[in-house]
Amino acid sequence: MAVIEIQNLTYTYPATSHPALREVSLTVEAGEFVAIIGPNGAGKSTLCYTLAGFIPHFFKGELQGEVRVAGQDIRRVRLEDWVLKVGLVFQNPFNQISGAKFTVYEEIAFGLENIGVPREEMKRRVEEVMALTGIEDLADRSPYALSGGQQQRVALASILVMQPEVLVLDEPTSQLDPIGTREVFQVIRRLAHQGVTIIMAEHKVEWIAEYADRVIALAEGRVIGTGTPADVLTDPRLPDYGIGISRYTAVARRAAGEGLWPAERRLPVTLDEAEAGFRAVEEAHAHLH
Amino acid sequence: MRISIEDVHFVYPGGVEALRGVSLSIEPGERVAIVGQNGAGKTTLVKHLNGLLRPTRGRVRIGDWDTAQVEVHRLAQRVGYVFQNPDGQLFCRTVAEEVAFGPRNLGYTPEEISQRVAEALALAELEDKAEANPYDLSPSWRKMVALASVIAMDTPIVIFDEPTTGQDVRTIRRIERMIEMLSQRGKTILTITHDIDFCAENFERVVVMGQGRVLLDGPKEMVLGMEAILAQTYVEPPQLTRLGMRLGFEKTVCTSEQFLETLRRRLDHPQSDPRAEG
Ligand SMILES: Nc1ncnc2c1ncn2[C@@H]1O[C@H](COP(=O)(O)OP(=O)(O)OP(=O)(O)O)[C@@H](O)[C@H]1O
Ligand SMILES: Nc1ncnc2c1ncn2[C@@H]1O[C@H](COP(=O)(O)OP(=O)(O)OP(=O)(O)O)[C@@H](O)[C@H]1O
Ligand SMILES: [Mg+2]
Ligand SMILES: [Mg+2]
Repeated sequence: MAVIEIQNLTYTYPATSHPALREVSLTVEAGEFVAIIGPNGAGKSTLCYTLAGFIPHFFKGELQGEVRVAGQDIRRVRLEDWVLKVGLVFQNPFNQISGAKFTVYEEIAFGLENIGVPREEMKRRVEEVMALTGIEDLADRSPYALSGGQQQRVALASILVMQPEVLVLDEPTSQLDPIGTREVFQVIRRLAHQGVTIIMAEHKVEWIAEYADRVIALAEGRVIGTGTPADVLTDPRLPDYGIGISRYTAVARRAAGEGLWPAERRLPVTLDEAEAGFRAVEEAHAHLH
Repeated sequence: MRISIEDVHFVYPGGVEALRGVSLSIEPGERVAIVGQNGAGKTTLVKHLNGLLRPTRGRVRIGDWDTAQVEVHRLAQRVGYVFQNPDGQLFCRTVAEEVAFGPRNLGYTPEEISQRVAEALALAELEDKAEANPYDLSPSWRKMVALASVIAMDTPIVIFDEPTTGQDVRTIRRIERMIEMLSQRGKTILTITHDIDFCAENFERVVVMGQGRVLLDGPKEMVLGMEAILAQTYVEPPQLTRLGMRLGFEKTVCTSEQFLETLRRRLDHPQSDPRAEG
């Protein structure tokens, strides 16, 4: 079942002359984990805002085309209700903190409190997401006196705790340490298995390759590629669009130029694929000697 | 100008012990990356270099100055610092004014100021945005404005706190070119980063922090191969280092050049690798 259906979406911010999104069409199934890649200014955040209803309800501007999420026309939803259905983790975690609370624990509980979730359940859910995002130790700290990565973890936790049906994540790991990044991808992967629909704007292609079901590449507001991570992330046009590729893909492409990558093999996007390909090269050479 | 950090401890008001005895010395012109898990104390440490924070115990020296005895505005002549979140750093109406702000405060002549501004804008590739309002630019360009404003101060020591966060490859290449140019001019460059591949490709010396302490400090080929210690502070070796390990490379490789070189050598002499025989 398609949870997100976008047809010919063109959107222009107020007081700007060029659309930030142009004729975007895409569908996302329930429980799919879709990564959005693209250079700076490609429109990734704009797409995230649209799914979350901030466009057109907060940023006005001109919206053309159809955007339906969970069967509803995005123009018709009320933002207050919509935030419960579609959770958005902002690109800048500093924008996510409510300013109303004095501790990390209260900050994360804030949304649940607003919708009147019973105390016991609230406690259980807050503790669960704090463990999931690795911030149990920060419960009593002020949400402002944290390191960059700790703030980003709090921002993520405060959305996860709401258990939205659709989760929109705008570069949620930009400030995280490397293993923390991998853990967040694992948590998101697990949520997708449980049926949550995930849209994640992200530059870290190594982890997209490992964990996402599908990749949509944007450039200058247009969809320039869509498919499995293996297909999209080895598309030779990506560098021309200013989109990064993994070191595995890059080094194998250089090796292939010297005949040091098996001719019949697709370029690798993950560590496992790179290992398998280079082992095959070494074995083939060993036979020659 | 030498940086010398001697057994520095720092406790935030409220009691968080962010640094627990850090000692480091950095020679003029070195290029050093600091990595380590969220909350390890990286930002806290570098804020000691420009006097934003003073050690609770221990000493920080920048050249012949002890930071505890020198005012912040004077330290700004020696240490430039680009914040992790640059939005707190920008407040002028145009990019050009923003970039001129630092040199003006340091008391340079108008000619010197305009020369520095022009140079910094060129290095950051911001010439065509000189008259824009920083807040009309995208976050990615705003970060370049913050970089340019610090470069314009022309300090012997430059510190970047997570410069590549959220940046696309072209911007990262631009930052790399900038670091290269600064290096050629003899600047000491200190960069905090979680982007371990960027670290491997651009820095020679790597300092690994965890829980307020230095866990490792040395040449990248030594440090980035120490998987078990890195994991203690939530860092993984770079992609190509991990690939080299999987393939049984004897030496730690950090860059694609090093990877390909080792690969070619192994293909020419398959017997040189004990695992290839099994
Ligand atoms: N509030 C706004 N008002 C006007 N224009 C905007 C606004 N936000 C973004 N834009 C413009 O819309 C386009 C798409 O921006 P968007 O932020 O969606 O890109 P992005 O892919 O998220 O980039 P990044 O990787 O830098 O986060 C850009 O040209 C940008 O300058
Ligand atoms: N203003 C503050 N008041 C109190 N504690 C703070 C403050 N800023 C940071 N801390 C705490 O000090 C410790 C070190 O934080 P610091 O910002 O130096 O970490 P970091 O290594 O830069 O992490 P990150 O990679 O997440 O940016 C953390 O436990 C953090 O919560
Ligand atoms: Mg964005
Ligand atoms: Mg920091």
